[in-house]
Amino acid sequence: MTVLSVQGLTKSFGALKVSDAISFDLRAGEIHAIIGPNGAGKTTLIHQLSGSIRPDAGRILMEGRDITRLPVPARARRGLARSFQITAILPGFSVLENVALAVQARSGSSFRFFRRAAAERALNEQARASLGAVGLAGIAGRAAGTLSHGEKRQLEIAIALAMRPRLLLLDEPLAGTGQHEAARIGRLIASLKGQLGIVLIEHDMAAVFALADRISVLVHGRLIATGSPTEIRQNSQVRAAYLGESEC
Amino acid sequence: MSARDAVMLALVALLAALPPVLQLLGEPFLTVIVTRALIFAIAALSLDLLLGYGALVSFGHAAFLGIGAYTALILSGRGVTGLELQLPAALAAAGLFALVTGAISLRTRGVHFIMITLAFGQMAYYFASSLSAFGGDDGQALRARSTLFGADVLAGNSGFYYLVLALLALVWLFLRALTRSRFGRVLSGTRENEARMQAIGFSPFPFRLIAYVVAGMIAAMAGVLLANHASFVAPSYMGWGRSGEMIAMVVLGGMGTLTGPVLGAIAFVLAEETLARFTTHWRLFFGAAIVLIVLFTRGGLLGALLRGRK
Repeated sequence: MTVLSVQGLTKSFGALKVSDAISFDLRAGEIHAIIGPNGAGKTTLIHQLSGSIRPDAGRILMEGRDITRLPVPARARRGLARSFQITAILPGFSVLENVALAVQARSGSSFRFFRRAAAERALNEQARASLGAVGLAGIAGRAAGTLSHGEKRQLEIAIALAMRPRLLLLDEPLAGTGQHEAARIGRLIASLKGQLGIVLIEHDMAAVFALADRISVLVHGRLIATGSPTEIRQNSQVRAAYLGESEC
Repeated sequence: MSARDAVMLALVALLAALPPVLQLLGEPFLTVIVTRALIFAIAALSLDLLLGYGALVSFGHAAFLGIGAYTALILSGRGVTGLELQLPAALAAAGLFALVTGAISLRTRGVHFIMITLAFGQMAYYFASSLSAFGGDDGQALRARSTLFGADVLAGNSGFYYLVLALLALVWLFLRALTRSRFGRVLSGTRENEARMQAIGFSPFPFRLIAYVVAGMIAAMAGVLLANHASFVAPSYMGWGRSGEMIAMVVLGGMGTLTGPVLGAIAFVLAEETLARFTTHWRLFFGAAIVLIVLFTRGGLLGALLRGRK
């Protein structure tokens, strides 16, 4: 089954075409990596998929339904979760509350005005389960703003998992993390394989080739190739355009 | 019970004991001044919901104070003096005004939101100035103080004082529950990181609008009390300077804490009264004091108090 189908997505900023008729399909349970040099338009693509930037042309289908014109919160409620290139958490909230809020978003109305939210056991239990999955259960009570960079990345993934998404967009989840943390997050992403569809943007080529089922190469807003990691590694066009520049 | 709650409890206990003590000290007039401070504490509490929990810097909050005050003036002029009618009328008028102006101003953020709330506030001010039947620019004296189910509870200074204190405690409890509810958690979340809240599925707008309406209604309640306190209502109740003073009260006491703005409002009004006795240039010293407190006490007066305790 196709979780995400991108069809002819096009976006220009002035004269600059940042997305040029991008098309690809993501099957359920697969990790689809998008790689490409800096400025290729990867983050702009993620923004269009998540809904914070509207494309000029083309369509985005999620589980067969057109979501091209849906705003960000509506897409999230349909099961689309994302991490941010620059981590976006609620720094003044506890780690647990960051995740509990994501559970709250999909469990009943939030227009409840008197009962204390922090005392809702169902929310907290599910939040703890997500934190356990990413290995942050031990620091659930800390203020999220005091976490290390890598821990914040893990927290973002815990928040995303708490949404029980069917589609997850990861925008450079390994960027800026130490070797140890990167390995841990890599294992975490690998453990999600088969459970939901993941679009992964990442600069760490070793991680990409280890994790991805399929890889698309984005250069100057165009997808120049899509295929399995082996196919991409052997593609001469890709080597010339991109992989040749870095030494992968 | 959190430290903030303990401070509030101690404060309310202290305030409840105040009128007999002031009577003994031969300073009963001070009760009247403290009443004024408590009325502003209610208004500051309502603004804290926007400022401290929603990160919405409204520079037109005094308009709601004015709507409440004018509702009391207009109704009492027509012989409707019961608070049981005046308060619902004031809340309804303020809620409606908040709904319309909030729906427009909450489309904007940051400086634009400040400017547009300021503009709505000034519109309310000039509208009140043009009400010639109600004194226009000069304002008008209240024909009679409000009553409660026919009883003259506001006639005596201490009866009025205790009514205001009770309302203050109720508003504090109400907002404490509200800010800790699911709704309040979403509102605080939008203060922390709007993009994150959208990404997990929340549209901030309806949450902000509800907060704006609730805050406006509570401020209008303070306005009804303020009209009774002065027995007089004028457009100056809703000038932008008054909105600025309320922001100062909230920041001075400690934003987003509820207890802090109560402290801030009391400190503000008492300092204003005290300094004004010593010098006509009191605003100069007062301004300097506020700058120093905000600069050197993180979390305002409440923050300083809680740190000092440890």
